[in-house]
Amino acid sequence: MSFLTLTHLQKSFGTVKVVHDFNMAIEKGEFISFLGPSGCGKTTVLRMIAGFETPTGGTIEIDGKNQTNLRPNQRNIGMVFQAYALFPNMNVFDNVAFGLKVAGKPKGEIETRVKEMLKLIHLEHLADRYPYQMSGGQQQRVALARALAPKPQVLLLDEPLSALDAKIRVSLREEIRQIQRQLGITTVFVTHDQEEALSISDRIVVMNAGKADQIGTPGEIYNRPTTRFVANFVGTLNVVQAVLVNGAAGTVQIGNKTLQLSQPVTGKADGSSISLAFRPEAATLADAANGDAALSGTVISSNFLGSVLRTKVDLGGNIVSFDMFNQPSAVLPKTGDTVSLSLQQDGLMVLGD
Amino acid sequence: MSTETATKANSAAPPGRFARFPMHWLGVVPFAAFVLLFLILPTMKIVIGAFQTADGGFTLSNVAGLFTPSILAAYWISIKISFMSAILGCLIGFAMAAAVVLGGLPRSIRDPLLTFSGVASNFAGVPLAFAFLATLGPVGLVNLFLRSEFGVDLRMLGFNILSFWGLTVTYLFFQIPLMVLIITPALDGLKKEWREAAAILGATNGQYWRMVGFPILLPSLLGTLALLFANAFGAVATAIALTGSSLNIVPILLYAQIRGDVLGDPHLGYALAFGMIVVTGCANAIYIWLRARSERWLK
Amino acid sequence: MKRLWAWAALIIGLIYFILPLVGMTNFSLKMRRGEYSFDAYAKVFADSRFHETFGYSVWMALLTIVFGVFLVVPTAYWVRLKLPYLRPYIEFVTLLPLVIPAIVIVFGYIRLYNTSSWLPLTGSYVGTDVLLVFGYATLSLPYMYRAVDTGLRTIDVTTLTEAAQSLGAGWATIIGRVILPNVTVAVMSGAFVTFAIVMGEFTMAALLNKPAFGPYMQLLGANRAYEPAALAVIAFGITWACLGLMQLVSRLQKTPQRPV
Repeated sequence: MSFLTLTHLQKSFGTVKVVHDFNMAIEKGEFISFLGPSGCGKTTVLRMIAGFETPTGGTIEIDGKNQTNLRPNQRNIGMVFQAYALFPNMNVFDNVAFGLKVAGKPKGEIETRVKEMLKLIHLEHLADRYPYQMSGGQQQRVALARALAPKPQVLLLDEPLSALDAKIRVSLREEIRQIQRQLGITTVFVTHDQEEALSISDRIVVMNAGKADQIGTPGEIYNRPTTRFVANFVGTLNVVQAVLVNGAAGTVQIGNKTLQLSQPVTGKADGSSISLAFRPEAATLADAANGDAALSGTVISSNFLGSVLRTKVDLGGNIVSFDMFNQPSAVLPKTGDTVSLSLQQDGLMVLGD
Repeated sequence: MSTETATKANSAAPPGRFARFPMHWLGVVPFAAFVLLFLILPTMKIVIGAFQTADGGFTLSNVAGLFTPSILAAYWISIKISFMSAILGCLIGFAMAAAVVLGGLPRSIRDPLLTFSGVASNFAGVPLAFAFLATLGPVGLVNLFLRSEFGVDLRMLGFNILSFWGLTVTYLFFQIPLMVLIITPALDGLKKEWREAAAILGATNGQYWRMVGFPILLPSLLGTLALLFANAFGAVATAIALTGSSLNIVPILLYAQIRGDVLGDPHLGYALAFGMIVVTGCANAIYIWLRARSERWLK
Repeated sequence: MKRLWAWAALIIGLIYFILPLVGMTNFSLKMRRGEYSFDAYAKVFADSRFHETFGYSVWMALLTIVFGVFLVVPTAYWVRLKLPYLRPYIEFVTLLPLVIPAIVIVFGYIRLYNTSSWLPLTGSYVGTDVLLVFGYATLSLPYMYRAVDTGLRTIDVTTLTEAAQSLGAGWATIIGRVILPNVTVAVMSGAFVTFAIVMGEFTMAALLNKPAFGPYMQLLGANRAYEPAALAVIAFGITWACLGLMQLVSRLQKTPQRPV
């Protein structure tokens, strides 16, 4: 049985429907990311779980108990905000102790718990500091400790890394994931950054216009997007127009080259035009001699991105990118070169509409 | 132009401090001279005069002269009026600002209220006194209304516009708007996330205000209290126009002293003025200190 | 519930503010027994002392504004351009007139610039006029300086100066034809506050024995019943107009100005 269940959740502000029918079952200890562009309703769903917004319809259950009509302070939830939201009038210790104090816990217990929490985030030595004396990364770790101190059932993270520098963002997200695993706490993480979502989630919910477009593991989301939106939003995608030769056999034609897909294509008439998509890393430079079903085109540009070299190629009107790993010995394609690309069979996706 | 070439040459090659010192500082000389002659020196004259005998020697007797019953009483009533009008101004101004910022009133009320506060906080002095005389005075609007409708006379109830409370109520007309002007930004500075963070950590609304909201606002509140106090303490025109010389408060005493040397000792006048500077200076020092503190928090 | 309290707080507050304004207006119209009339205003406008003192104060206000602009604009500009590390100190000094009561400052003037001093400004009529303008400039310094300094913050002083210098402009040209036009709005808002302050000012003018509007109002208040209320209405109108214009001007600043 799932731990946090959202059923037919809806929210309207006035006449504007922000969240349509949202359904989700989250297991205990799972790390779930809500990923989507701004305005897709991900933050609204999170705020409904927290109790800051009242759903227009639907229910929220935690551990079998209906939470829908409880006030935020009656729920047992921890939350970390984008802008840290540490209480500026309290030092680190008092910030972390806040939830325990308002719960009326005895002094000794508070002290033990706060120390434990500060140890968890490796900031024991800063207990007396005030928020204004700390860096953004430190503040956000304190905010995490503060949220975890009262032992919440669910942890909500509202874009907690967006205000931080790139380097700290990466290290803190690993630290968050590690702490989450250690405590086994059910966590919902809202972000607009796909790399973030892909790297730390058990499952990702890709949201678009108030609905969950796709729910799945990072691998599923990246490799098998079920909608055009998900395919476009997560990762870089090349789309080429092709003609369906034989749906049942899974053969398509691009220009004058016929390609074999790994799965049959249903729902489209043979001879109709379809959109075929692949990731930049699903294409490789083909050896002309090899006899692969290779597409040839002209190199438009080559960008050195460090570990990867990204090349743009014009395939008879379809402009696609492909990646090669950097090797000091590799001969890099030059602008104007004619190259052949071979596409991995299982890297080809047929996009729905 | 010589100034120009000099500065240009200086900015091209970083010179010794000696070379650029005179040219740069010439620009603020007129301002410095003005401030020195018409702000600093006159004030210093008073401060020094408070510790001088008629022939220029050092003495503490002028300041000691303040500690006579009638002058002490004047200071005491001045401080009481200033403090009372500051406290009430803070409370009422806070209530009004809180009503607009936190009370869920339409946002369209906000700008007119701030504009009006800007005007009202400047509407002090003689005309303000007239407005209150015409309203709360013996033949003022309120009194006439109460007399004709209820047969009650404000003076019978112990209210007199020419009194402690009369002056306090009048001062409130510029104290409250000043509070509104200063505290509205502070209330805006209370982030929504703090309230939400407190709520999600289990705090009730009361606990939030007691442990977070109020402590954050406290420096601003106390600082503004100090500022309002100084503001009322230095107000001369309103008091004189309202009460003539019937109320024995420090600004009126000093005014009378300057006009006619009623105390018969000019150096006691210095001491009186020095006392005013000390009181308003302390109040403002508190204001600056507390404000720096709250700005540091909210940075 | 919360909204109810909010409305209550606001409305009670507003009654307190509106009542005196209604009271003075009402009173100013009651000079004729039993009916409303503008007699009090007619009396005031017919009084030659009103014209003299009002005119004198307007004149003083204009002089104060001109003097204040000449004092503050170059200083604020120069501090921003060349002496930015002085800014906190200058700002502190400009706020001092809010700390030191006006009555203390003018007391200092009287003692420092009396007839037997090295600069006997109080000895002559023109001398006290000058002293009064300086006093008013001191009182309005906090407002004027802050307005101009805020205005300068919105323009890139250094680049404008270097551009003008590269075209061969001297300092007078830079300040008068480049900087000043760019801070007109700020200067005007400072000027309106100054005007409002000077028109209502009582203490300095009274203690320097000048025939200004403030002391005239006080004198009339001590001797008449209805005319003071009419004067209060007029004074309130002036304050309201000045600060209203100031708001209007600063709102114009937010919309892009046409190129000069």
